Amino acid sequence: MLVYFIRRLGQAALVVAVMGAIVFVSIYMVGNPVDVLANPNADAKEMAEIAGRLGLDKPLHEQFALFVWNALHGDLGRSFVFNEPALKLIIQRMPATLELAFAALIVSVLIGIPLGMLAGLWPHSVWGRGIMTGSILGFSLPNFWIGLMLILLFAVQLRWLPSGGRGETVTVLGVPVSFLTVDGLRHLVLPAFTLALYKAALVIRLARAGTREAMLQDYVRFARAKGLSPSRIILVHVLKNIMIPITTVLGLEFGGMIAFAVVTETVFAYPGMGKLLIDSIGRLDRPIIVAYLMMVVVVFVVINFVVDLIYAALDPRVRLSEQGS
Amino acid sequence: MTQALPHDLGPAAAEPIRAERGESLLRRRLSAYFDTPLAFVGAGLLVLLLVVAIAAPWIAPQNPYDLAQLDIMDGRLAPGEKAAAGFTYYLGTDEQGRDMLSAILYGLRISLFVGVVSTLFACTIGASIGVAAAYAGGKVESFVMRVVDLQLSFPAILIALVLLAVWGRGIDKVIIALVIVQWAYYARTVRGSALVERGREYIEAARCLALPRSRIVFRHLLPNCLPPLIVVATVQVAHAIALEATLSFLGVGVPVTEPSLGLLIKNGYDYLLSGKYWISTYPGVALVIAIVAINLVGDRLRDVLNPRLSR
Repeated sequence: MLVYFIRRLGQAALVVAVMGAIVFVSIYMVGNPVDVLANPNADAKEMAEIAGRLGLDKPLHEQFALFVWNALHGDLGRSFVFNEPALKLIIQRMPATLELAFAALIVSVLIGIPLGMLAGLWPHSVWGRGIMTGSILGFSLPNFWIGLMLILLFAVQLRWLPSGGRGETVTVLGVPVSFLTVDGLRHLVLPAFTLALYKAALVIRLARAGTREAMLQDYVRFARAKGLSPSRIILVHVLKNIMIPITTVLGLEFGGMIAFAVVTETVFAYPGMGKLLIDSIGRLDRPIIVAYLMMVVVVFVVINFVVDLIYAALDPRVRLSEQGS
Repeated sequence: MTQALPHDLGPAAAEPIRAERGESLLRRRLSAYFDTPLAFVGAGLLVLLLVVAIAAPWIAPQNPYDLAQLDIMDGRLAPGEKAAAGFTYYLGTDEQGRDMLSAILYGLRISLFVGVVSTLFACTIGASIGVAAAYAGGKVESFVMRVVDLQLSFPAILIALVLLAVWGRGIDKVIIALVIVQWAYYARTVRGSALVERGREYIEAARCLALPRSRIVFRHLLPNCLPPLIVVATVQVAHAIALEATLSFLGVGVPVTEPSLGLLIKNGYDYLLSGKYWISTYPGVALVIAIVAINLVGDRLRDVLNPRLSR
């Protein structure tokens, strides 16, 4: 297990290093941010002065060496626009994105499990088929457009909910959160629901497949023979068993949710990391783009690493086959 | 590259069925396809969309990119209102007085083009890499599959976003980005079926005939891996179109001079809050119809091309 752990850790570090190099080189090869930042009337001397201050006049490999050295010290550069550390800006926006992603995760489970179980219990009924059709739509329809239509319906036509922003926040342990205020919750409903749709479609499929399989198992038959009520069998025995694969998949998909929040945050003008990324792409603010990407790469690698370790701990075949190869 | 038709499943797959049924496999598959009404609707919608997209320059009421035909006084008219010049804007106009119906027809053209072309390239490249890796086996295979796993562990939208943030806007760039994020699906799909096929007797026979490796891989192995690939590719066209729309909505996709449906929706986003719903809504409806139609077709193809069900 220790050998496996060290090998996987080495691989994870390698992935971060490779992605870092790719991200850095590709981002730093395009455009000249000085053109964006400098006063349009600035002369060549002023431009060179700005480039020098930002370290843009050095050769690419020196910039990269500096970037790696600084990154190892937790410094991913300063934003050209805000003149603040990029990592700090990202971390400031992070609670909003995490809050959105968690809210979406909860919504997707609350929608997905009941509907998936219904479809699994009566797969050939009108309801079962309707739910599966809905799940296909949830998978394939462009998410941002659904968000726009929700804004149109609930914010513009009915005026029930705000169309964007984060609303009122309260500070808990130094972190601003919005789910504790009514106004914050009202702002969270539409973006969280939109972001949840895709995952809810996934949960529906998992719950449906799991329920269909579980209903044929001996323990369900035994519970019936014991005279347990159908609701108790479904809500206690079946539910517990289908939660295992759903939990695994949702854990793996959480990183994807943070990444996809880029789109949801743009639609709802929600001040999270993703909105910052899109704004920074428009402004050629490279350090923020690099910092965001490195952050996401690290989150993904950590999630995959932890899942791999858990699998290896649960299933000896995984670590044995690794050692054999 | 071997972009074979569905009926060209190689001698091993096609011959015995032809012999026992006395009709071609293609015809059998086609009649099986049209067995369900939904599949018929899907295929019909898809053909209709393709026709109007290709014929857009001839059937659109105006050329939305010919500034001489636009009248700024007609800007932001609601659906059904009449133009100063007399004709009716059935789907309204955008902020520059552009007829939305015409803009949607032209946008559909660009969206479908990007989706189909990127899928063709990604499918060809991914399938070639996947089948070659499966045939080669050993270190080559495990290296290729590691790269595939690594890439698939990152969301497609993120990779495409980064690439386009670096390259800037452009239809060619969007297509390349979509190929890069999609090839891995095909490589994985093809490898899965190639692993089964490479142990079959006809491959062994081809080896005994000392045929060159490339011939075995591309003429014998690949055609027999096609059915699952066709299903994946059909559904992926819908994904590619949705992804392109999302990227264009985020402002990193197609250029403003050649707006796809996604960019039309983005343009309408600014007017949504003031109740001018039609600029965003109708391009979105067109997008949804295209995606649903492709999914209906793909879903039916999955059933028809599944060898366990058809034999």
